[in-house]
Amino acid sequence: MSEDTLDKKYVVFKLEEEFYGIDIKNVQGIEKVQDFTIVPNAKYYIKGVINLRGEVVPIIDLRKRFGIEEKEIDVNSRIIVVFFSDIQVGILVDSSSEVIEFNIDDIDSSPSLLETEHEDFVKGIGKEQERIIILLSTEKILDIVDEQDKVN
Amino acid sequence: MDMNQYLDIFIEESREHLQHMNDNLLELEKDPTEKNLLNEIFRVAHTIKGMSGTMGFSNIATLTHEMENLLDALRNGVVEPNGEIINILFRCFDSLDEYITHIIETGQEGELDSTALVKEIYNSLHNEENAPEETKNDNKLSSAELDEFVMHAFELAKEQGLNAYKINIVVSDDCMLKSARAYIVFSALEQIGEIIHANPLIEDIEEGKFESEFTLTIVTSRTDSDIKDELDSISELETVTVEEIKVIEQPEKPIESASVEKTNTEQKIETKEVPKNAPAKSNNTSSSANRAGKTVRVDIDRLDNLMNLVSELIIIKTRLEDTGSREKTNMNEAIEYLERITTSLHDAVMKVRMVPIERVFNRFPRMIRDLTKELGKEINLVMSGEDTEVDRTIIDEIGEPLIHMLRNSIDHGIEDPETRVNNGKSEEGRLDLKAYPDGNSVVIEIDDDGAGINVVKVKEKAVERGVITQTEADEMTQEEAVELLFNAGFSTADVVSDVSGRGVGLDVVKTKIESISGTVEVKTERGVGTKFIIRLPLTLAIIQALLIGLKGEIYAIPLSSISEISTIEKKNIRKVRNQEVILFRGKTLPLISLSKKLGIEDTNEEEETIIVVVRKGDKEAGLMIDSLIGQQEIVIKSLGKFLLDTPYLSGATILGNGKISLILDINSLI
Repeated sequence: MSEDTLDKKYVVFKLEEEFYGIDIKNVQGIEKVQDFTIVPNAKYYIKGVINLRGEVVPIIDLRKRFGIEEKEIDVNSRIIVVFFSDIQVGILVDSSSEVIEFNIDDIDSSPSLLETEHEDFVKGIGKEQERIIILLSTEKILDIVDEQDKVN
Repeated sequence: MDMNQYLDIFIEESREHLQHMNDNLLELEKDPTEKNLLNEIFRVAHTIKGMSGTMGFSNIATLTHEMENLLDALRNGVVEPNGEIINILFRCFDSLDEYITHIIETGQEGELDSTALVKEIYNSLHNEENAPEETKNDNKLSSAELDEFVMHAFELAKEQGLNAYKINIVVSDDCMLKSARAYIVFSALEQIGEIIHANPLIEDIEEGKFESEFTLTIVTSRTDSDIKDELDSISELETVTVEEIKVIEQPEKPIESASVEKTNTEQKIETKEVPKNAPAKSNNTSSSANRAGKTVRVDIDRLDNLMNLVSELIIIKTRLEDTGSREKTNMNEAIEYLERITTSLHDAVMKVRMVPIERVFNRFPRMIRDLTKELGKEINLVMSGEDTEVDRTIIDEIGEPLIHMLRNSIDHGIEDPETRVNNGKSEEGRLDLKAYPDGNSVVIEIDDDGAGINVVKVKEKAVERGVITQTEADEMTQEEAVELLFNAGFSTADVVSDVSGRGVGLDVVKTKIESISGTVEVKTERGVGTKFIIRLPLTLAIIQALLIGLKGEIYAIPLSSISEISTIEKKNIRKVRNQEVILFRGKTLPLISLSKKLGIEDTNEEEETIIVVVRKGDKEAGLMIDSLIGQQEIVIKSLGKFLLDTPYLSGATILGNGKISLILDINSLI
């Protein structure tokens, strides 16, 4: 199971000063932030679990995942609910408001050109007018690769 | 026609029939001359033959056909039942079982070769019969097939208080469309009863392939005059005669025309008459038929859905309770009502999901039989409480661990006959398998009167494998040493046998049982026997729990694992070998700091602390917590794949205020 092919529609969100995109086909919805229940002994980047209409959904704090300094949750904070390989997870981001459809020419698939600290999570770069949008691999964010390594 | 839609039904029914056959075979082994059993096995084989024939599984059909031949020969006394014959029948059963398993896995009957078996059956018949008789036997079968069904239908009808009638209809000579007339007769009769036999065949009649007369046998709750009235209203019928038939004499009538088969039919009646003369026995068979009629197969997904709905209802109820305390009386009344409903709804749904543990148990007698033969031991398996009901999910999980433990008892526990006699025991070992409900849990006990566990040997082995040190071994109590058996990769069998002792042992059993929130205990006495006690929850979906507070979060502890709640003074806490303990009710109770285990900073500076005494089997420990919130019915939700291996947590639940509370896994905490 991989998502090497680059699709064109992305949900775009903001973290610190940069824009990121997640493939829309993995996204179930965007939710406002609600109370978390802390999960002791969970991975460091798990913010906690929330009650999403009767389902218990774990939340990944993307700032912690990327090693960016933490920020207070404010009115713009959003949770992007993704569903990937039977796992439902919410991703906590600073703000999110749009879906962008890229022209195939505007997507650059070689992330190594760009120097980012978290280049592992990047599967491509999208250009939209003057903005650069970092396209993320849902698989990597969810750490599924690591899980498989553990099994092996 | 696409048969796939019937495949599930076929599989379900074949399984039931095979189980039934297995039970009867085991009985037959004890009493090979019992005609009722032979008849029952014949009936089952015949049903399977019919079903598999319809589904196009020709290998199964052939095999069951041969089985019928053999069984028929047995009950007619042509072949003497002996151990060899019974073994052949068992092997037939095994082959059928394999076929069905293959069908379950692939939807195809597979290439399993049973021709050798078929040949063996043929030979066993052939040895004691000469050739002409063999062919006669084949003839016999076709008649037997026919009345087998009719007989059975009559029996059923009689049990249900229905009457059977033979109806002879002569259609007028000038009737243009005989088949259409016949069709009208059929539909009229089908409204009031069930046509169980027709002469000529229904298909032939419907196609008009009859002279002017046909005979039908129906079972109905109506009287003969009702039937006559019904049929008289149909035009172009010359004569209609309705005749009531008595069970014992009926099979003759439908087959009257086929006089060649008559003698054989009579033979059959004889055997069928036996149950009438021996009422106790016939009750036996009829009750099993009734039971099959009362069960309803429900798709487990639908049940799960229902269960989820109830879960939601309970959440809402809890939420109402929260707001209700502010709104006063009317509200409270409504809530009480709602509570009553949810409780009974919960019970009802639970019951739908419950299945008797028999489903797991009933494969054991055969397994034990084979094992004892293989190992040259003599064991009497006594099962009780098979009707104890357990949640379906648990039934699915508990089979493997139980097999493992039974094998263990037979292989390691019960000695061979010689040793037993030398030790002053009876030659035959006893193995008790008992199930019974106990409060909110179900207990399964496996009790043997074998050699018991050699604690010294267990310790030696543990030291040898580096599980414990020699000093630890010397200090160990008997109970602790027995616990070592559940250690990963531990096996005490001197000889690695085919049965057990392959290194994977009781640790797997324990893990499996704990994964369904159960516990295992062992009680053993050298030379007297060993008893395994498995305790399982009744259900896994909704439980009673104690809610506790710890550093601003609320956690839930399943009530079933709580012994008591108390307060202790911190100054009384002692440290023994780096473990905090307290003298509690005259015993030293190990203490567990929940905040430490959960990696939360302990800021509790008070002199007193609340402890929840939790237990796992015989072990107890005190969990130190901040505050008590109360007891509540909680709906268990999975933490999901992503958080599955988070330690000390077994799930989550949603509280009345919509917040999530995590459920502590006591088994891993202690």
